[in-house]
Amino acid sequence: MKVYLENLTKKFPSRNKKDPTEVVAVDNFTFEIPDGKLIGLLGPSGCGKSTALNLICGLQKPTSGRIFFGDDDVTGLPPENRGVGLVFQNYALYPHLTVRQNIIFPLENLRGKDKMTKEQMYAKADEIAGLVQLDGLMDRKPSELSGGQQQRVAIARALVKMPQVLLLDEPLSNLDARLRLQTREEIRRIQKETGITTVFVTHDQDEAMSISDMIVVMKAGVLQQIGAPQEVYDDPVNLFVAKFLGTPPISVYSGSVKAGKLYIGDEAVMNVSGVEDRDVTVGIRPEGYILDENGPLTCLLNRVEVMGRDISVVSTHACSLSEANRSIISAENRVDTAAGTVRFALKPAKVFLFDTVTEARIPFTAK
Amino acid sequence: MDNQSRKGWLYLLPAILFLGAFMVYPLIDVFIYSFEEGYNSASQTHMGIGTYNYGYILRDPYFLQAVKNTFILVVITVPLSTGIALLISVALSSIQKLRHLFQTVYFLPYVTNTLAVGLVFMILFKKTAYSDGLANLIIGLFGAGPIDFIDGPYWAKMFVLCFYTIWVVMPFKILILTSALASVKQDYYNAARIDGTPRWRIFTKITLPMISPMLFYLIITGFIGAFKAYSDAVALFGTNLNAAEMNTIVGYVYDMLYGNSGGYPSYASAAAIILFVIVLTITCINLLVSKKHTHY
Repeated sequence: MKVYLENLTKKFPSRNKKDPTEVVAVDNFTFEIPDGKLIGLLGPSGCGKSTALNLICGLQKPTSGRIFFGDDDVTGLPPENRGVGLVFQNYALYPHLTVRQNIIFPLENLRGKDKMTKEQMYAKADEIAGLVQLDGLMDRKPSELSGGQQQRVAIARALVKMPQVLLLDEPLSNLDARLRLQTREEIRRIQKETGITTVFVTHDQDEAMSISDMIVVMKAGVLQQIGAPQEVYDDPVNLFVAKFLGTPPISVYSGSVKAGKLYIGDEAVMNVSGVEDRDVTVGIRPEGYILDENGPLTCLLNRVEVMGRDISVVSTHACSLSEANRSIISAENRVDTAAGTVRFALKPAKVFLFDTVTEARIPFTAK
Repeated sequence: MDNQSRKGWLYLLPAILFLGAFMVYPLIDVFIYSFEEGYNSASQTHMGIGTYNYGYILRDPYFLQAVKNTFILVVITVPLSTGIALLISVALSSIQKLRHLFQTVYFLPYVTNTLAVGLVFMILFKKTAYSDGLANLIIGLFGAGPIDFIDGPYWAKMFVLCFYTIWVVMPFKILILTSALASVKQDYYNAARIDGTPRWRIFTKITLPMISPMLFYLIITGFIGAFKAYSDAVALFGTNLNAAEMNTIVGYVYDMLYGNSGGYPSYASAAAIILFVIVLTITCINLLVSKKHTHY
């Protein structure tokens, strides 16, 4: 089932009496979620991604705009008639019911022709439990489960009535780091096996990049960019997206373009054609640095961290807009830690130029 | 005994001394008095030891009346007051406007003095030579004759007592239940809504189990409170409760202690022990039942 959002807007009335401006949590969203894909809704906290999720599942009514599931307009439908499954951030498992009772809870609500017998419900619950690997835990209470197991019960409960769309609100935020890696693979696997269109909300770009077919980057209620994770990473539309994606983060400098050359400080670091002379903000991906003793960019060396296959060079620069820049270079290189400075050449594909005011991307060709 | 537990006992000592002197010792004392026949508190003498005191009060029509009254009061007021309080709390938590106003209004009886409330009830229900009382005015609208609720038939007096008791104990229950309801996380309701759960099922399957510890707390304390009722009856019917047929077990104990110049502490002790056994039994039953149905 594909999901289409059309000019979707949600405004909340201001609580502050002195400042009656409305809070726009979701601002004019239009995009399509293709059938059977896993979509990561990504943005810093408070950017309206959970609101967007609540609009899709129907817990909140949009101020304007429409939502389509397939060809059906579901904007006015209450959540129970939309056929969605929602996994809450804190799982919201009923603590007084066992795992099995939790999973069959949605089935017990079915009426009319969908009504199931107890045996059918149990069979269905066992089937789903097998899918999320909960076998043997069915008679426990949620409080007797680990965080990861609770998470899987929540997913099982959301999946058991075979929703057309599965929504996950920060599904991994309550898990520890190791479990998080494991569970996100799990979510990916379950989604692949069921083929249910899935939207999940996260503020962790790592999470979103690693398992999504498509990511949607949001900032302050405004949609920034949609695309395959690698595409968005390699071709960000603005500085916000460039900064938000990638660990270690992109390093940012203030620079300028003069006569087809990009200057950072006094050094011409790269040829850029197709850009008029102007001040720009320069973003360089950590993997965009090449260690080169004759390289054009000279930075003050802070420290070197060896991490097995890579070396992470932490350096500073007078024109840098961030405190320290991290560059990742292959471990085959040797960095002279005694020297005060380190020199880099740059990979043009990993360098982005942005407008200093609007922060919009400035296209260029490297020559 | 290691240092840690010695310290623990030291901290507990004041409470243990206090409870021992004012709770445990008197309880044991009362138990002993109840078997001492004709005990006189002035001379500290008794005539013999045996179960005569129990035999006497179990044959005393005033005591039997008091037990009957108390049981009727418990059976009627505990379920009714808890049920109505639950209804009101659910209604309160589902409204937005004027919620705090209603909460305050419902809480008012709690901070009002029992005797003052009793006075108001007298005015509402008492039939005098000059007026039939407000309650009778309303009954009169439906064409029924005036009933004397304070000095009239037994069922009318019992009705007023139950009505009064329910009204007095309700505010506390509403207070506890509204905060219990507020502590149920919205996520559970959202999850249930997405799964298309009907309202009634949400209430019985989610809300009730979630507030069940509080509900059972109220039922147990409600039972104990109702068994110990006395001042309510005095507020409505005055101190001569035996004559009004409205005495309670605690009232009987009080009358036996202080009535008839000097009183009969042995009978009072026996009655108190019987009350203690009743309350203990009911509370144990309550706890056993609640273990099955309460979810912590």
